[in-house]
Amino acid sequence: MKGNEAIAEAAIRAGVDAYYGYPITPQSEVMEYLMAERPHLRTGMVVLQAESEVASINMVYGAAGCAKKAMTSSSSPGVSLMQEGISYIAGAELPCLVVNVARGGPGLGTIQPSQADYFQATKGGGHGDYRLIVLAPNSVQEQADFVSLSFDLAFRYRTPVMILSDGALGQMMEKVELPPQRERMTAEEIEAQYGHWATLGKPASRERNIITSLKLKAEQMEAHNLHLQRKYAQIQEAETRYQSLRCDDADYVLVAYGLSSRICQKAVDLARAQGIKVGLLRPITLWPFPTAPIAELARAAKGFISVEMSAGQMVEDVRLAVNGLRPVHHFGRMGGMITSPSQVLEQIKTLFLNPQASLNGGAH
Amino acid sequence: MSASHDSDTLLLEDIIRPENLVFEKTACLTDNTLSYCPGCGHGTAHRILMEVVEEMGIQGQTIGIAPVGCSVLAYDFMNVDMQQAAHGRAPAVATGIKRVMPEKYVFTYQGDGDLAAIGTAETIHACNRGENITIIFINNGIYGMTGGQMAPTTLAGMRTSTSPFGRDTEMMGHPLRITEMVATLPGVCFATRQAVHTPAAVRKAKKAIQTAFELQRQRKGLSLVEIVSNCNSGWKMMPRKANDWMEENMFPFYPLGDIKK
Amino acid sequence: MAKARGAIVVDVEGCKGCDLCVGACPTHVIELSRKVNSKGYHFAYMEHPDACIGCAHCAMVCPDSVITVYRWKPAPKPREATTA
Ligand SMILES: Cc1ncc(C[n+]2csc(CCOP(=O)(O)OP(=O)(O)O)c2C)c(N)n1
Ligand code: SF4
Ligand code: SF4
Ligand code: SF4
Repeated sequence: MKGNEAIAEAAIRAGVDAYYGYPITPQSEVMEYLMAERPHLRTGMVVLQAESEVASINMVYGAAGCAKKAMTSSSSPGVSLMQEGISYIAGAELPCLVVNVARGGPGLGTIQPSQADYFQATKGGGHGDYRLIVLAPNSVQEQADFVSLSFDLAFRYRTPVMILSDGALGQMMEKVELPPQRERMTAEEIEAQYGHWATLGKPASRERNIITSLKLKAEQMEAHNLHLQRKYAQIQEAETRYQSLRCDDADYVLVAYGLSSRICQKAVDLARAQGIKVGLLRPITLWPFPTAPIAELARAAKGFISVEMSAGQMVEDVRLAVNGLRPVHHFGRMGGMITSPSQVLEQIKTLFLNPQASLNGGAH
Repeated sequence: MSASHDSDTLLLEDIIRPENLVFEKTACLTDNTLSYCPGCGHGTAHRILMEVVEEMGIQGQTIGIAPVGCSVLAYDFMNVDMQQAAHGRAPAVATGIKRVMPEKYVFTYQGDGDLAAIGTAETIHACNRGENITIIFINNGIYGMTGGQMAPTTLAGMRTSTSPFGRDTEMMGHPLRITEMVATLPGVCFATRQAVHTPAAVRKAKKAIQTAFELQRQRKGLSLVEIVSNCNSGWKMMPRKANDWMEENMFPFYPLGDIKK
Repeated sequence: MAKARGAIVVDVEGCKGCDLCVGACPTHVIELSRKVNSKGYHFAYMEHPDACIGCAHCAMVCPDSVITVYRWKPAPKPREATTA
């Protein structure tokens, strides 16, 4: 199954209530699959092609404000258009899922895969002090699995969640074990569980519910921000996810997520075969970032390379985690170019085992 | 003139009794003091909208969308579940809600900057899809909240803070009659232009809102009620003067009445 | 037939002194007070209460919904017979 289709099928099976989207390569298959599947006949799920990404994200806002499981998907330029809406969703504390099947930029860029939206996904993107939970799958299987997980997290914390994928994972065909069908929640269940905040129509028994991010008074705005920050601290505490591969005895640690982590897995094997002790730390949540485990590794490891399909974005977070204790380099290619495992191995050798070269060279 | 002995000798206390009550504020408005300037039509529009909700008995099934503009705080005043939308996006938010809860009554309440400038795409496409929602559109020909800048609806020659020498249509384009525009779309079942500056106009506008909600109940498509209103602060006039000015200047360009029914 | 008699009650603190009710009253009942409320607005009051017919025109145009209107309805038959 194609990565994009896996997201779509997983959405139906996760009991999602509504998908609102706008076509853009390389993720158009998500809505195409949904439209072909006619999920309104299977589960009652709504699928609507909006007039723009601006409209889709605001449709998601509306449905999420009714405690419905609402999602959208897009690719980089479209996700840029959604940023105001995402900021509103974070501010109004609504649960939802945004999928970014990223492509190369800036601007119209290229439809080829890229990891250059890391900053946008993890550092805000929109305005104000907010965070998204960002999940980075590295297989078609995870693209499917993370849909349900995203909604669990989104509703647990009443916060928007992003799946940050890329064009290669979206287009990739792999075997996938699809999750079982979760029933959509009934109106009564939603009322019972979320009736205290969702706009479902005000019964005489309660005050009206209001979904808003507006806080006119500075004191209120600060109090709301402090509340959000406490929530984000809880998320950091409880939801940081990562995978560690042969890091225990590693002299050199590659840090990579998504597609790059698959390349780095092979690079670890190549290096180990040559007796070079290389490990891979793969962040699964890009926010919250696995800062503590990287800091821990920095005590024993000799150096780090952040391998990304970008000019070096995540490397900044790796540097913050390592906090000057060890050298941290970036290696990667841009604009849809994908590095190979042997190039990564070369880079390890150049940077750490051949000091001559690293004096002149440094990171790409 | 022969008046009744009874009515001549009536004391105020005899009149002000619950059994003589003919008009009071609807319970679908909250007790919060409106944030609008004195005499601003937003308040009257809020009231008749909520009167309709009360009279139709749909307070518990109604979800409203507040815009960005002076009426951003509409949710403080309307006693129904409400969401506040990003500037111009109310029709998209309403679409998102109505599609997952088609049995509810969903309305947006938007100013002219919100609906006819930044949100034009959302407005037109919600109309074109025939979303089963009601749009209440307050056209005061100006951006009230941000301090009286030119709106797409600003009349030719009208002075605003960003058209200090009057709207020059060659440079700034012409005022936009958006209700006529959307009336051409098959998804729109009802498009009307009303006002709330006189008792008669208020009654008609309320009737129009009733019709709009009734059509929504029948799932006939999108209904849009434009209310040509004053912005005393933006126009820099006392409220009664502003209403006179509105009759003389706004109504000729924005004639009242049903455009599509 | 007895003449309709009405009265209004203005929520003085909520009134913004916009003058719209004054202009809408067909029998010139209402004026703005020389006094002001706590927000500094010259609030509306019945200057000529006897003229009020309880038509609610004032309340129709009051943007702040601060006018409550009462109308005394002449009692039915017996009196009507005596006064007609
Ligand atoms: C994206 C964005 N752009 C601009 C603004 C600033 N802004 C707030 S209200 C407004 C105009 C509102 O005018 P209108 O819709 O006519 O409503 P009124 O205030 O006249 O009732 C603008 C431009 C904003 N809040 N968000
Ligand atoms: S600025 Fe204009 S639109 Fe806004 S409340 Fe005042 S009069 Fe009304
Ligand atoms: S009820 Fe009618 S007559 Fe009485 S004050 Fe109001 S407008 Fe005037
Ligand atoms: S219309 Fe209402 S707010 Fe305006 S002066 Fe009369 S009572 Fe006061």
